Amino acid sequence: MYRYDEFDASFVNQRTEQFKDQVRRRLAGELSEDEFKPLRLMNGLYLQLHAYMLRVAIPYGTLNGRQMRKLAHIARTYDKGYGHFTTRQNIQFNWPKLEDTPKILEELAEVEMHAIQTSGNCIRNVTADHFAGAAADEIADPRPYAEILRQWSSLHPEFSFLPRKFKIAITGAPNDRAAVQVHDIGLQLTRNENGEIGFEVFVGGGLGRTPMIGRKVRDFLPEEDLLAYSEAILRVYNRYGRRDNKYKARIKILVHETGLDELKADIEAEFEKIRYGVLRLPDEEVRRIEAYFAPPPLEVGAATSGAVEARKASDAAFAQFVAHNLNPHRVPGYTSVTLSMKPIGGIPGDASDHQMDVIADLAEKFGHDELRISHEQNVILPHVKLDDLPALFDRLVAAEIAEGNAGLITDIIACPGMDYCALATARSIPVAQRISERFGTAERQAEIGELKIKISGCINACGHHHVGHIGILGLEKKGEEFYQVTLGGSANENASIGEIIGRGFSSEEVVDAIEKLVDTYLGLRVGKEETFLEAYRRIGEVPFKEALYGAA
Amino acid sequence: MKVITANRLLNGDVVWLAEGGAWVERITLASTFDGKDAVAEGLAEGAEAEKNQQVVGVYEMDVTVEDGVIVPVRLREKIRAKGPTTHPQFGKQAQAVSA
Ligand code: HEM
Ligand code: SF4
Repeated sequence: MYRYDEFDASFVNQRTEQFKDQVRRRLAGELSEDEFKPLRLMNGLYLQLHAYMLRVAIPYGTLNGRQMRKLAHIARTYDKGYGHFTTRQNIQFNWPKLEDTPKILEELAEVEMHAIQTSGNCIRNVTADHFAGAAADEIADPRPYAEILRQWSSLHPEFSFLPRKFKIAITGAPNDRAAVQVHDIGLQLTRNENGEIGFEVFVGGGLGRTPMIGRKVRDFLPEEDLLAYSEAILRVYNRYGRRDNKYKARIKILVHETGLDELKADIEAEFEKIRYGVLRLPDEEVRRIEAYFAPPPLEVGAATSGAVEARKASDAAFAQFVAHNLNPHRVPGYTSVTLSMKPIGGIPGDASDHQMDVIADLAEKFGHDELRISHEQNVILPHVKLDDLPALFDRLVAAEIAEGNAGLITDIIACPGMDYCALATARSIPVAQRISERFGTAERQAEIGELKIKISGCINACGHHHVGHIGILGLEKKGEEFYQVTLGGSANENASIGEIIGRGFSSEEVVDAIEKLVDTYLGLRVGKEETFLEAYRRIGEVPFKEALYGAA
Repeated sequence: MKVITANRLLNGDVVWLAEGGAWVERITLASTFDGKDAVAEGLAEGAEAEKNQQVVGVYEMDVTVEDGVIVPVRLREKIRAKGPTTHPQFGKQAQAVSA
């Protein structure tokens, strides 16, 4: 995996030193809060409802055992023994003290981690498919490109004060698991007729109060043009993006207001000016970065494992786990394993220090020391030998992370909501917990099949509710929590924004409403193969509406 | 009726303005302010404490008094006064028993 070069290391150390001094000056009264706030945000430190919150970057969601162990150590030493994995493949600590944060950043730097670009109007941590470098359906590993983008965007002088935050996601597989079409720039790796690698480019996707699916601006962008073209997009955005209104400042609004054709022409014109300049990516450079992501040596094995089959026959929980938490690996004999951070009735995305330590051990023992964080708030072991699954599963059971529910109705994305977040209008976690309990039995989940529920505690949509098959948005109405339900959203290669089904529900009513929707689907699907989303797209909203509100 | 709240600069703890300019960690110990002028005075005191690096993010919030105990009106402030509803072992609610 990617190792810091000397530049990275000295840069991160410098930033940590600077921040240490900034904290000292703040505590000494030399900096006011107005002066200090942008500085702390540049280092990922927010002030939330109960305390400060530190967001640590996990670039493209990739880390190793040593880094995970450091996160466990930070949770234990400076926080309350847990962390929260987010939809942007980062981790948040909910209770750090201001006085401790320079020390925390120093500890992170020891394992080549930091909190830079996790906040503010800059280019944020680039996210990627969590099965990158492992998935059977992959064209190429997207992470070298994510890393190239990271290096280009880190501290880019022109792009540290954009009109608004800017998010880039990249996937190397035709099955988009990185939600690229709801990012400011979405990149989908592809090959042209000559077999050369390039990118389909989407611009102007985003969630928040004005959700939009990205528009395609290029069918095939050659590899060597990645940076020049991205720079062209950013320049056009920086020049024309609105700075007068925070809610209209994202590039999606520019796409919407300017029109796709004109914007595309602007981007292409800018691109022509710089395409043969310093940003043109030399082949050697791409291959050099690629080498950092070279896969571990994996011996080809049998496509099925006797040990797995035998255990499946005798252990229903294991069979359930195997049925749902594995993703096909490009090397026969291997698989990518999802460790569900969604225990039934638990808090989506939370991991205790002990669990993080166990995960670090398991990565080293069974996973070639590689880990990924998924935007669905789970942890992935990308390279596991099939024959090791029974032993791995036993360890997961002991650490209470063996839930076989990946992709099922209890694999819910939920933002922190009003339990932590200063911007929230309602809680999200307790709703996720109650839904998880309602549908939590193995049989019921398996019967329902793939169903993505996503919950946000306010219109900012950190919980991706717009692209949930069922989306839930927590609002406040007359001082009470109130939940609006959307149906039909999706964040994959056929992305769509969910539609509001009707009036919202009180906290007491909302889980029953979800159950009615699920029961309606079960009654209408043509067979078990037809997922909730497919059924909804086929039938439309009418029967679901009737189930919730009665016939009109 | 209002109280004045903020977070302590050093550790982020939720605090309320109490008598004599103290910042207390229990809302039940806070001073209450009635009327525009009183609230403005409280906020001025808060601004001063912000300048002195004691607290950050000072604002006023609505409360009522029920059976002699100060209770926040909005859910957000109820949660802020207690801790995450999902983690009864953390936040102020965790200390409440021993107090
Ligand atoms: C608790 C502190 C947080 C604050 C203050 C916060 C704030 C915000 C705001 C203001 C936006 C809207 C931005 C815009 O439209 O320009 C946003 C978007 C977003 N946040 Fe958060 N957030 C927080 C936590 C999280 C967490 C925990 C996650 C992951 C679980 C997350 C993931 C996202 C995502 C994916 C979006 C994006 C959607 C988009 O605008 O395209 N955030 N956040
Ligand atoms: S969606 Fe709203 S409530 Fe949830 S984390 Fe984002 S800003 Fe906070």
